[in-house]
Parts: sequence; C-alpha cells; structure tokens
Amino acid sequence: MASPILEVHGLTKHFPAGSRLLGGRSAVVKAVDGVDFAIQQGETLGLIGESGCGKTTTSKLILLQETPTAGMIAFDGRDIATLAGAELMAYRRAVQVVFQDPFSSLSPRMRVGDIVAEPLEIHTRLDAPSIRARVAEVLQLVGLQPDVAALFPHEFSGGQRQRIAIARALVTDTRLIVLDEPVSALDVSVRAQIINQLEHLQRTLGVSYLFIGHDLATVAHISHRIAVMYLGKLVETAESEALCARPMHPYTRALFAAALPSHPDDPPAQRTIAGEVPSALALPSGCRFHPRCPLAMPVCSEADPALRLRDGGGEVACHLY
Amino acid sequence: MATIAGDRPRARGARRLSAVRQAPLVPVLILGALAFVALFADLIAPHDPTLPVQGATMFAPPFWMDGGSALTPLGTDFQGRDVLSRLIYGARVSLIVGLMGTLVAGGIGTAMGIVAGYVGGWVDQIIMRVTDAWLALPALVFAIFLAAMIGPSMWNIIVILGAVYWTRYARVIRGEVLTLREREFVKLAEIAGASTPRVIKKHILPNVMNTATVLASLTVGVVIIAEASLSFLGVGVPPPQPAWGLMLSEARPTLMAGQWWLTVFPGACILLIVLATQLFGDWLRVRLDPQTRNL
Amino acid sequence: MSRILDVVDLQTHFFSFGGERVVKAVDHVSFRLDEGETLGLVGESGSGKTTTCLSIVGLLPRGARIVGGSVRFEGEELTRKSQRELRRIRGRRIAVILQDPMASLNPLFTIFRQVAEPAFFHQQLRGRTLRARVQHLLRAVRIPSPEWRMRDYPHQMSGGMRQRIVGAIALAGGPRLVIADEPTTNLDVTIQAQYLDLLKDIQRETGVALIFVTHNLGIVAKMCDRVAVMYAGTVVEQAPVRELFNTPRHPYTRALLGAVPRLGSKEPLYAIAGQPPNLASLPTGCAFHPRCPEALPRCASEAPSDVHAGHGSAARCWLVSDGVAHS
Repeated sequence: MASPILEVHGLTKHFPAGSRLLGGRSAVVKAVDGVDFAIQQGETLGLIGESGCGKTTTSKLILLQETPTAGMIAFDGRDIATLAGAELMAYRRAVQVVFQDPFSSLSPRMRVGDIVAEPLEIHTRLDAPSIRARVAEVLQLVGLQPDVAALFPHEFSGGQRQRIAIARALVTDTRLIVLDEPVSALDVSVRAQIINQLEHLQRTLGVSYLFIGHDLATVAHISHRIAVMYLGKLVETAESEALCARPMHPYTRALFAAALPSHPDDPPAQRTIAGEVPSALALPSGCRFHPRCPLAMPVCSEADPALRLRDGGGEVACHLY
Repeated sequence: MATIAGDRPRARGARRLSAVRQAPLVPVLILGALAFVALFADLIAPHDPTLPVQGATMFAPPFWMDGGSALTPLGTDFQGRDVLSRLIYGARVSLIVGLMGTLVAGGIGTAMGIVAGYVGGWVDQIIMRVTDAWLALPALVFAIFLAAMIGPSMWNIIVILGAVYWTRYARVIRGEVLTLREREFVKLAEIAGASTPRVIKKHILPNVMNTATVLASLTVGVVIIAEASLSFLGVGVPPPQPAWGLMLSEARPTLMAGQWWLTVFPGACILLIVLATQLFGDWLRVRLDPQTRNL
Repeated sequence: MSRILDVVDLQTHFFSFGGERVVKAVDHVSFRLDEGETLGLVGESGSGKTTTCLSIVGLLPRGARIVGGSVRFEGEELTRKSQRELRRIRGRRIAVILQDPMASLNPLFTIFRQVAEPAFFHQQLRGRTLRARVQHLLRAVRIPSPEWRMRDYPHQMSGGMRQRIVGAIALAGGPRLVIADEPTTNLDVTIQAQYLDLLKDIQRETGVALIFVTHNLGIVAKMCDRVAVMYAGTVVEQAPVRELFNTPRHPYTRALLGAVPRLGSKEPLYAIAGQPPNLASLPTGCAFHPRCPEALPRCASEAPSDVHAGHGSAARCWLVSDGVAHS
C-alpha cells in the first residue's frame, strides 16, 4: 500500500483556560489529546463528533493555524512543524481548506476570479493570461461558467459560493483539502449537488479529503473511512461500510441511535443516551465517555482504554473489547 | 448527477440605476456648486480679492441697501476689497484645506489603525498609547502650537490639521480590523500562505474603505471649521489670501458698528459647506451599509 | 379529534422600495391541523415556511402583510384580529419556538422569570403557585434540579438546556398549538435526539398540536403525522407522512427524498439541478419547472392548481390527476 500523504501521531493540543484560581493551578482544556490517523492519496477520511470533540482544533493544527502541544503531523513523511521557507510554501500549496459558511469565507470586495486566483498568485510566477486560463479551467471543473470570474461573491447563492471556495481550493496542485462542515449551511437539494461534485472531483483528480461533519449519514456517504472523536480522543475508526454495519463503541452506537430515520416506518431507535458532553475543563476519569455510557463497567472509570483493532481495518477504544 | 453549469446571478443594471436616483440632491448640489466656484474662481470673481476695488468706497453695503452698488454686490470690507470676490476665492482655501487635510488625516489614521489592528502585540500597544496621548491634547490648541512652530502657509496648515485629526480614524479603523482579522476569508488567505502585506492590501484595506470613507465625509466639516478657527485666530492661511475664517476675524471690530455683511456672509458660507458635507456623509453611511440601504 | 387550525388560501406579500417590489412569500397556502397532530412544514430557504408561521401568529416584519385567505384557530378568524387581541392568544393558546435559543432568551433575566412570564400574564399566577408551576414545567422538559437551576441565567446553561427552557416557556401558558421553527438546527446530534423525544412525550401527555418547520426529512419521518412540502411560497404537496414517503406525488418531493443520503448506503445522491428560486423573480407557470426533470411544456406557462386525493392529500402538479402520479 502506498504511503499515506498525511499522518498524525499522538497529536495533542492543550489550551490554557482563563484561570479563576488564584496562584498555582491553571486549568487546561485538552482539546485534542493523543490522536492518530492517516489519510491515503485519493481517499476521504470522515471526522465526526459533537461540539467539544476536538475536530475543529484538529483541522486548525493540520492547517498550521495552531501549533501542537505534543505529537506530530507528517505530510509525505516530513514533519510539518519543521517546514520553513520554500518547503512551508509547498505545504500550503498542497493543503487547502473549505469552510462551513459560504457567506463569510469569500472576500466580499474581491471578484470571484481574483479570489480563485489568489493561491496561484501567492505560489507561482505565472503571468496573467495563464492565471486566467487556469481559473477558467477550475471554475468549469466545479460546474460554473468561466465568465462568472468577473462577478462578486454576493451575487451568488450559498451553493454556488461553496463551489467557488472549492475551485479556489483546487487551483494549485492541491493534494489534500480539509472540508470543515462544507455542506451544513446549505439547503438539502444543494447539498447533494456539492457532495456529488466533491466525489466527482476526487475520482478525476485523485485529491484527498478530510471531511469534518456532524451528520452521520452525509459523512458515511462521502467517506471511505470514518474516525469518531469524543472529548479530544478518537474512540473508533473503521471503513465506512464496516462502521455502519457494526458500530462497536457505545458512543458510536449512540450517534447511530440519534441519527434520524429515513422513513417513518424505520424501527424506532433505542432510547438515546442521556446527559450532555461534559466540560473539557473537568474531564471524567478513565474512559471519558463512562458517565454517559449505558454499558459502563467499574474498570471504565479507572483506566482509559487503549485503541484495539477491529474489523474493517479500524480501531476501537473501549474496555468491552 | 447532472448539475447546471453556469447558473446566472441576477442583473446589476437595475440596482445601479436606483443608486443614482437615491443620491441626496441638496448636499450634492451645494458641494458641486462650491467646487465649481473654487475651480473657476479666476473667471467668476468680479474683482481681485486682495486689492481695493477701483471706484468703490470702504464699508460699502450689499447692493440692495442704501449706498450699495452692483459693482460690489455683497459689499466691501475695511480696505475696500470686494466681499463677493473674497468669498469666492475663500472657497478655494476651505475646500482644498478641508479635503486635503481630511485625506492626510485619513491616510495616516487608516494606516495606523490597520497596522495596530492586524499586527497586534506591542506594535498595537505603542500605536494605541500614542493615540491616547494625542487625543488628550485639545485639538485646536495643538494646531495653534504647531502653526506657531512651523509657520503658517496653506500646505503647512494641511499637514498640521492632518497631524491633529488622524487619531479618530486610527481608533475606529483598528476596531474594524480586529473584527475583520477573525473573518473566515482572511483566515483563508493566511492558510493559503499569503504574506502580511498581501493580506492587508487585498483583504483588509478594501473592507475598511467603507468605514474610512464615511468617517472622512464626516470629518471634512470638522477640518474646515478647524481651518476657519485657525484663520480666525490669525495662525491660519496668511493674508492677503482670503479665507472665510480670516474674513470673520477681520470683521470682528465691525460687529457692533453695524456692517453685518462682513460677518454674516462668510459665516453663512462656512455653515453651508459643513452642512453639505455632513448631510452627504450621513447619506453615504446609510447607503454603504447593506442593511439600511434598501429601506 | 377537533380541528385546531385551518389555513385556507393564505397569501402574504412583502412590499419594498416604497411598494415597487412585491414578493409573494406565501402564495395560496392551505393546510389543516387537528388536536394532538404534528404537521411537518418542509421546505428549503425561500420556500415561505417561516413567513407562513409568522402570518399565523401575526408577527410579520415591517413591509409584510397578509393580503388574502383565512387562518381559523379553534374557530376564530385570526387575520381579522387586532394586535391587542393577538397578544392575548400568543403565548397562551399558540406558542412559538424559534431556532436560536440565545435569541429567544433574555440574557438579563433568570430562568425563573422567563418561564414564569406567560403564566404570570395569561393565567395570573403568583407566589407559591407560580413557583410550583415553573418547577413543574422545568421538570416536564427534563431540566435536572429545577429548584436550583431556575435561579440561573441563560448563559450558564448549555445549548440543549436552553432550547428545552424555550420549550418550557412555550408550554407555560398551556397552549393548544405550538409552532416550532427549526428548533434543533443548532443542536448536537445526540442532544437533538433527546429534544425530539422530549417533544413527542410532551405531546402525548398534553395533546397539544404541533407544527414543526424543518428542512430535514429525517425529523419529519420521526416526528410528524402529516407533511406539507413548500416550494417558492406554495404548498406543492401535502399528505399523511407514510404516504408521502412511500408514494410521493410531486417531482420536488421525490427529488428531496432522493437527495438525502441514507445511512450506510453509498448510492449516488439525486441532485436537483439549479437552486431555489429568487422569490422576487419567479419563473412563469409552475415555479419548479426549470429544475423539474419531468417538466411538460405546459408547466412553463400555466401554474398548476391542487389536485386532491383522499384523507387530505393534495399535490400541485400537472403530472398528477385523480390522485395518481403519471410519469
């Protein structure tokens, strides 16, 4: 198997919390706490979890908006924390992002053509006609007419703006796109368009995606493999079909139980789990999920389970297994 | 899996037309007239503003009063100079100083605000403390002090007023930039590897221009009054160049003597130009804010 | 089973630019709701579902007016009531739950004060009775330790709890009808599931009728008895929920059902071409025809009218007649 383009080992990010304690102990938010995963070329890894699970922080770490407290992110085998100068620019060229809100992610006073061309202007020495040609090419790739380059973002709908954002993410020879809830703010019918478009682009260009989302059905649909996060840790990873066929971790099962039915006659899910995600400032002992877990055993409050292999080429961290 | 390529956004022509139709008539007319007058002063003014008029008396009243004549329609001053011509040439000073002074203030202030807001850290701290100190000084006193130091002339006054009034820009623009910095499209540019100058030039600056423009249009009035005040106090644009503030100053002794035209006309002109700029600035503010634009 | 709400041929228009531009946000909308029933009002942005709800309770923004049709609530005609009369109905007999709980809750007042308000004004409860009622309501929405939590402020609670408190406020007046406009959009998935279960339980216990506005067909499948699908200001199809999912009549309904990914299935999604129309410049004829995969030539020139089938089903499409969909 070819080596992965992105590898994450023991990735950890702690934030100091504004401490109200006088003298000494300052609270720490363990946003990401020892996460490992890898993404292959041309594959989509889905990252799913609820608020406070650390998926946004993980994406920020990959995009170099934050530096890790511990652990390593490797791109093509090189630790990205050591990159500088031309190598750093090469990384920024190869890894792009698409954000959730199409209404604030495009610069309102720039024309679409300039927005899409920006990575080219930053990273290459192409002349204006070549840049225009490439912009036209990539706009067509995402299903827009090249002449929209002269217009401003506010003249487009949400779905079209996301396409523009995707075009911008592809304009250089991008190898990995971090998609942070790219369809959550879009209408249902438009979501399907964008998802299909993304899948089509992956098939033709071989680009990899890190797809961050909260809707299980969408994430499962587009991802080859899925990683489930809870309070800064990975609780389960597996191939998409294997995970849907047999979710093992109780939290994963809770997510499936909470997922909405697709037909009124679908068997009603078992009662969903109670309680809410605890504050990251006061993490439960042992397994972080144990206070809400319907299958908790005494050992769960004492020891944090390690990741063990499961079927479907994945891992699960639970004392049940 | 079919998707329509090239869904067309709606036409923009209709919106442009409605913008023109909504332009505020009165301020634009006033400012346009003043600009015209200032530009073509040489052609319009009946007499040389710095010399006494041939064949006219001193302290002649406006033409509709006893003793007035059509030669000097708005009267003459203590030297026999034509008031109308002086008003016309005075428009030049007010407009030039007002506009240029605002530009200088705006330029310095916006630049400082952007650097303070975007770069942050100790640069921000230094700039903000300087701004605080500057603001603590009473503007006019400071201006007088500077004028006394470097000597009055039109360009010196412009620079002085710019130096005095930049701080209000810096604060406001810095606030905007602090918000802008967190917006997703700025983060997107940073992630793509854009350098700081590039981000400022392409993403920050265009988005503060709205605020800066509105602020400028509202500051023009203040600068004009400041210039008039400086002229009034004798440290503005030096005589014999006519300026409305100076005309007011020279006319002070005559207030009690009854030669009202020497104070009322220059005062009215100052009032007019400041009113026009304020109204225009207010319209601009409403127009540029997407939320209030279409009500 | 008494009839709680009867909306007949409702029309609400937005006027802007001094009356020059008219947007038909709600264009001949009809549906009904019985006691204890849940109606799902489904549509995407610009479909008119929120404006419909605001029209029912008389909370339209400036520039919008009901220009036709009738809204009968428990036999009373709401469109002809004054704001004063509507204020007595709002909060007491009809309650509204909105999408963003932080926007619905006043950050300056305690939970107690806000939950107590409807009971205070509409039922004139005071003192101990009022406190007991508030605790009862908070317990009904499953807020733990209500006697302590009612002294808290909104910012001290999580999103899920805030939305439940909004629910408690809605129930405080003892309404017969609750209109919930996308109440779970901002909630985490597991919290959303808890909240929906809670709503269902409350409905079972109190028999309140519920209009659930959403764009999420999964919620409809879970919660609703009947569904009305809106597009461009009109109801293009309405039917009992099973019928809608099993035999959707309108092409838009079919397209929506095909566009939603099914858990565990990698089947390609059906993507409707184009995007929801701009209400200010609607296409001629049927508003959906430019995007409709089954459009007939007739669809471009004539707007279809409702074709009724049994048990309150209707579809607005030229392809449908006698309650049977032709292809």
